[in-house]
Amino acid sequence: MNFSPIVTMFYLAALIAIVASIKVVTRKNTVHALLYLVISLIAVAVCFYLMGAPFAAGLEVIVYAGAILVLFVFAIMLFGLREDETQYAPSHHGISMWFGPVTLALVLLAQLLYTINHQGIQQQLSATVIDSKQVGILLYGPYLLAVEIASFLLLSGLIAAYHFAKDVTHGGQQ
Amino acid sequence: MTAIPLEHILILASILFLIGFVGVIVRKNALFILMSLEVMLNATGVAFIGAGSVWQQADGQVMFMLILTLAAAEVAVGLALLIRMKHQYRSLDIDVLSDLKGQ
Repeated sequence: MNFSPIVTMFYLAALIAIVASIKVVTRKNTVHALLYLVISLIAVAVCFYLMGAPFAAGLEVIVYAGAILVLFVFAIMLFGLREDETQYAPSHHGISMWFGPVTLALVLLAQLLYTINHQGIQQQLSATVIDSKQVGILLYGPYLLAVEIASFLLLSGLIAAYHFAKDVTHGGQQ
Repeated sequence: MTAIPLEHILILASILFLIGFVGVIVRKNALFILMSLEVMLNATGVAFIGAGSVWQQADGQVMFMLILTLAAAEVAVGLALLIRMKHQYRSLDIDVLSDLKGQ
């Protein structure tokens, strides 16, 4: 079984995703877990790129790692970290706090640079890529109803988030 | 047809899904449960994109975008509920929610 470079890169990114996901589940501190969750999502985005889906990889980075994780950060800031599980976290704010996520992110960066500069990988990827044009044609053709339902879902999510997060002591009904 | 075998993509998706599932079951902090749910939804996305790239169809990416929409709505509602829970119970531990009626 010979490993082409693209398959080797996929295994490395998959390993990083698995390790980061395990770290997400096992950390005590919410912010540390969130850092590892970002790494996990970016590693999965690298997997998407190597599978020939660069559009999905971009969406993963922009929407998941960009928007949803920022929502988590806002929520954690609102909750106030002192009362949570941070009393179990190590109290020293040294290198150990960010060493793991930074190492994994550097490995991913090295993978990115290697993939961009490697001619064989680029040729192999360009032969199998499914670009955003095909996705768009399909999205607004046979899947039009699903897009409408997704818009309803987002609207209901917006209304529900506004309703639940509203302060009940000021103008609430209870 | 991508060079990566479909079995390995599905194994990756299963492992990620399992990690997220264990997180949902084991953790007591509601914020970690939401994060584990994100990992699980991400794993289903891996399975869809992998299948779509193996059969050279764009349907997998369409389904991934719908999953992305679902995840965004779910996180918005979930975090709003957590903010309410934090205000009401002063804790994110899900065990404080075990009463059916509020005190």
